[in-house]
Amino acid sequence: MAPLLRLDGVAKSFGQVVVARDLSLSVEPGEALGIVGPNGAGKSSLFAMISGDLRPDGGTVWLDGRDVTGAAPHARTRAGIGRTFQVPRPFGHLTVFENVLVCAHQGAGLRGRQAQAHAMGVLERVGLAELANTPAGRLALLQRKRLEVARAVGTGPRLLLLDEVAGGLTEPEVAELVAVVRELHAGGLGVVWIEHVVHALVKTVGRMICLAGGDVVADGEPLRVLADQRVRELYLGAGPEAGAEEGS
Amino acid sequence: MTISHLLSARAARNVHVVRATRSAKLSAVVLAAAAAVLAALPFLVFSTVTDTLINLFVLIALASMWNLLAGFGGLVSVGQQAYIGIGAYSLVALADLGVQPYLAVPLAALTCAVFALPTSWLAFRLRGDYFAVGTWVIAEVYRLLVVRVDSLGGASGKSLSGLSGIDATLRGALTYWIALALALATIAGCYLLLRGRLGLSLMAVRDEETAAASAGIDVRRAKLLVYLVSAAGCGAAGGVITLSSLSVNPDSIFSVQWSAYMIFIVVIGGIGFIEGPLIGALIFFALQQLLADFGSWYLVLLGVVGIVAALRLPRGLWGLVPGPSLFPIGYLVRRSDGPA
Repeated sequence: MAPLLRLDGVAKSFGQVVVARDLSLSVEPGEALGIVGPNGAGKSSLFAMISGDLRPDGGTVWLDGRDVTGAAPHARTRAGIGRTFQVPRPFGHLTVFENVLVCAHQGAGLRGRQAQAHAMGVLERVGLAELANTPAGRLALLQRKRLEVARAVGTGPRLLLLDEVAGGLTEPEVAELVAVVRELHAGGLGVVWIEHVVHALVKTVGRMICLAGGDVVADGEPLRVLADQRVRELYLGAGPEAGAEEGS
Repeated sequence: MTISHLLSARAARNVHVVRATRSAKLSAVVLAAAAAVLAALPFLVFSTVTDTLINLFVLIALASMWNLLAGFGGLVSVGQQAYIGIGAYSLVALADLGVQPYLAVPLAALTCAVFALPTSWLAFRLRGDYFAVGTWVIAEVYRLLVVRVDSLGGASGKSLSGLSGIDATLRGALTYWIALALALATIAGCYLLLRGRLGLSLMAVRDEETAAASAGIDVRRAKLLVYLVSAAGCGAAGGVITLSSLSVNPDSIFSVQWSAYMIFIVVIGGIGFIEGPLIGALIFFALQQLLADFGSWYLVLLGVVGIVAALRLPRGLWGLVPGPSLFPIGYLVRRSDGPA
């Protein structure tokens, strides 16, 4: 069985800045992978190359054994990649419900009542059902982050790409979000999650990689990756979010 | 997909989604009645009235097409006169070939869509302000090309053939009905287009292009479609303008003034509302009639109204109107959980 996602020798640089240096990694169906790394490590660029917003200089991106390196972002969404944006990008004039409905239509290929029920189900799951008729432009940050997740799930993905969805949230909110992602993951969804709030990752993912300077520095079981000497050094010796292990 | 089923089953129980409210259905009846009265006018009033109204219908059609393009597709064009001109010249050329001019109007629309396809390859390379300026340049290029064609009358234009056999009163009435049909068709077309799945995608593209692509929307295709529809609508309007004036002049039919009218109407009426072009065209038309005798002051006043509307009413006049839309295209979720 082919991996859900496979990157093969992916390379990308902007002038002198290397954001991906011969990167290879794979995600099995239903696997949850966490990505940590200091700012500028190439995490968001990696996402953009998986989702199709950024074209790699070299290498191949495979989805379900299909080469999607040249595929446009919308085609990849339809093929099963749902992504969130680090800085939320709501469709401001559409209601929260319509924001997700358009994903159900175009991403998941649903129509009519089926699409509406799907969109509403997603909103209930992420806790936005009460705000279904609110224009998305009026949402506060937490709600915008939830809407990002709702839209990504609304496209009916097999692989969910989460880009720092826990950033800026309070502890109870993070816990709620972790519960949402865990449930989606338990339903068979593959997850790749970039996050600085490391304890949220540790509770959710089965595997973690640490990126730095466009390279994979460490790859493996989350707590072991966080204990890795090189990973700790990258975070100025303190370790990413010191005390995360005890807190979890 | 399992997750989808899991989630939908939970939600479907106590939620239903409403599209049209009762008042919207009422307003549809009122609009239909108004259309019926307007259709009967050639039997009731002098032809001077209906001739003036043709102008109003053309403005409604043009403004609706610009609103669709800019207000829903996010494509701010200053060059839709390209398609007014191509539509007008298509009508003249088709009439020369022996096609009945009234029947040539839909063909003129089609011709514009055909021209719009390669034009979009060029125009869509530009974004934002550059797109606006680029479309204007493209319109000028089309004018310059048309002027070079001797069989189309060159710089002095050409008159429309094929209508001389028809009695003048009947001709006026037929043109009036076609203009009315065009205005109604553009409004109904916008409504039906925007109400569907495609309309929702378009509005998503307008609001956030990158996120729209991630939602699974083929952004380029959505924009192209709205561009082609708008070109066809403007082409049909160009055809009706020619039916009414019985001749075509390259400088006036390709004039950027048409874009100025369309933008003015949509801005004062309310951009991004289907009602906007309707309200705006009525106001513009009224101003035209009231101020026609004031010479250049007419233009000054029009400019003042435009500036005030842009500064004070960012959502136009329709944006001030509370209550439900006459043309509901959104979705309203009603949840029946808890004590009703």
